[in-house]
Amino acid sequence: MSSVSTQEIKSEFLKSKLGLTGIFILSGLILVSIITISAIPASTFQEWNNPEKWISYPKTSVPSWVNFLSSEKIPEHKILEPEIFQSQENGIFLTSQQFGVFFEYDDFPSDFIIEMKTKYSDSHLVQIKVIRPDGITLELLSTSLPHSDSDTIHNQRYFSTDSMIKKNLNMYKDDFQFDFLSGTTEIIFSKLQENEIQKGNYIFVVDTYGTEKPIEVLESKLVLGGKAYGLMGTDELRRDLAIGLLWGTPLALFIGISVSIGSVVVGLVYGVYSGYRGKKTDEIMMRFNDVIYALPALPFLIILAVTISNSIFLMIGFLMIFSWVGIAKVSRSMSLQIKTRQYIEAAKIMGQKDSKIIFRHILPQLLPYAFASIAISVPAAITTEAGLSFLGLGDPSFPTWGQILHDANTYGAAAQGFWWWIVPPGILIAITGLAFVFIGNALDAIVNPKLKR
Amino acid sequence: MGLKRYLVTRGLTMFGVLMITLLLTISLVGSNMDTILKQGVIYQVRAEITENTTIAQGFNNPEDFEKFVQQKIDERIETLGLDTPWYSPQRLGYTMYKILILDFGNATFLTSDSGSSNVGEIIFEKMPKTILLFTTATIIISIIGIVLGAASSNKIGSKTDRITSTFAVISSSFPVWWIGMLMIFVFAFVYQIFPARATPSIEPDDPGYFLALLYHMALPVITIVLIGFGAWAYLVRNFMVGIMQEDFISAKKTIGISRKKIVYSHALRNAAPPIVTILALSLSGSLGGAIITEAVFDWPGMGRLYFEAISVMDLPVIIGSTYILTVLFLVSIFIADLLYGYFDPRVRTAN
Repeated sequence: MSSVSTQEIKSEFLKSKLGLTGIFILSGLILVSIITISAIPASTFQEWNNPEKWISYPKTSVPSWVNFLSSEKIPEHKILEPEIFQSQENGIFLTSQQFGVFFEYDDFPSDFIIEMKTKYSDSHLVQIKVIRPDGITLELLSTSLPHSDSDTIHNQRYFSTDSMIKKNLNMYKDDFQFDFLSGTTEIIFSKLQENEIQKGNYIFVVDTYGTEKPIEVLESKLVLGGKAYGLMGTDELRRDLAIGLLWGTPLALFIGISVSIGSVVVGLVYGVYSGYRGKKTDEIMMRFNDVIYALPALPFLIILAVTISNSIFLMIGFLMIFSWVGIAKVSRSMSLQIKTRQYIEAAKIMGQKDSKIIFRHILPQLLPYAFASIAISVPAAITTEAGLSFLGLGDPSFPTWGQILHDANTYGAAAQGFWWWIVPPGILIAITGLAFVFIGNALDAIVNPKLKR
Repeated sequence: MGLKRYLVTRGLTMFGVLMITLLLTISLVGSNMDTILKQGVIYQVRAEITENTTIAQGFNNPEDFEKFVQQKIDERIETLGLDTPWYSPQRLGYTMYKILILDFGNATFLTSDSGSSNVGEIIFEKMPKTILLFTTATIIISIIGIVLGAASSNKIGSKTDRITSTFAVISSSFPVWWIGMLMIFVFAFVYQIFPARATPSIEPDDPGYFLALLYHMALPVITIVLIGFGAWAYLVRNFMVGIMQEDFISAKKTIGISRKKIVYSHALRNAAPPIVTILALSLSGSLGGAIITEAVFDWPGMGRLYFEAISVMDLPVIIGSTYILTVLFLVSIFIADLLYGYFDPRVRTAN
């Protein structure tokens, strides 16, 4: 065991292409984590399992960039914000919300929902119409908001599947030269001659008329149901996968790094102490080491998760229990070698305490090895945690990559061809693992010159 | 004498580990098990009393009747020894003794394919399938690994060598079960070559069952091999490189034996001990990993049984499978140790 100075390690490491690649990937992941933590509000991941939050998102839709790759444009799921105009004429207050959309896809939108949260008093009339690119205006719905004597806040949803909208569309039957068998969106977005997409600018207009004072629009959106959404698509529970994957990055790094640091520190101290004390202590400590080594890790992790707790912090502790053993063995044999050196003997004769000798003279010698082992043991920690989450034993309050894959497996994503739900989490797990393997191997090659060939 | 002593200490350690594992498992699930057992007794006693209507007629008011039922339940709990907690020495000893003689009792929910709820029968019905899958995969992996590893150690730095090393590092970073999902996606969804679920749909006593099983096994085996062989080849290569630097190989080179012959016969033979050891270890290691792999492919083996038992908290099955998995794990470690000692003369004489 030759000691290598920090300076040497640094200069050697900078020469290693593999190590630099690892550092490069790792810094990318850290950057993503920082951006995620600072830019995306934490409420998004806390609401990961709250279906209410994801209600206006589409179900299992492909990432929207798929449209760049194929000639046929899949309709994108759109959540539109209105432009609001208010006017007053003859004592009637008109509030007009206009949602404009340029529709350029090769398939009809599946449906639309208008959601609005308004504040008003008295009675108000609501009219919904759509202005098509060919200039035709279709009146979709005439209805009213529930009467209220005082100011109230009211949530209202209008669905394209509403039977009134269907009835109203039937009035335009003569303008269209095909039979109205299909759903509302397939009429609204259709050409007159045949049931085919008419591309162009559509404006959805929601007009409200009141006699006392205008309504106040607090929140309002039009959800145009499509089959493509966002950067990463959505899953069966309508969740935006991009958010889950982004939050998974800091979580994976946290789990991997804390497990590996914890187990390396424990293993190192345990092994060095055992080797330094020798004799009976060494014998007993190594037998205990053998016992832990021979425990089947995964079954035990599963039992621990089920019977004690699946909290992510306890899980980190459980993972540590099973990963310090190998490091303890190696550092014991290293300390056996180091303790025979003369300066250790000298320190002993001078009457220094054992703990001081271990922490001042032996452990620092093992630091390069410790760093290499930390890097090398990260991927195992990440994949084991992912595996446990995949079995459904992870902490449900955090969207880890393993958990996303667990959901994918539960809903049969592989058998139904939802590739965007399966591929990205696995690739992220592998990339994170690779970054640490690269760094670890590069460090290892420097620390153990034997491996160099 | 040395070898014997070595075996005895090794064997004793193994037995100790087995006992500790058992104790740990029981103490982790013990309190749950007590509650479940007591619930079972209460249910059973109540059912017996309500079936016999004459008993209920003998009581004037419901309180007396309730008291009578409670008394019966207490009596039954006492005769079964459930009045002492699971950690009392005699109950713990009894439980451990029964598990040691492979009497795991009856499963709470799960049954074997033949309908039996005896835990031992369930486990021994599933175990051959796990062994079949993972032994097949491990054998294929080791053959490919040894051939590739020897080939790349023959020409260090060559294209084969570099591709093998890169593949080894990259493939071992992917979780097997994720590759499994991808394989199902590609070969069961996009190209419908293999079935997505690995459980054959025909009955086990059908004559075509074995063939169907092999067909359903193809996808899991391909996946495990794909992920495993790179690391194996890399390992074999490193052993071989170490041996190729030894003096006796240099001597053979100077005599003029062809390099190919040195690599494939002399060096490979000397690399055998660590290779065989790791073969035994990786077999045992894969048994633990079976839990996730079998869950992905729905392979009807021990791993899936374990997973099902965990999801419905079928405690006797959990305890039984943990015990059997530990035994298999320990036996293979033991065999690996033995093989190493047998193959490597240095270990034999040192002891």
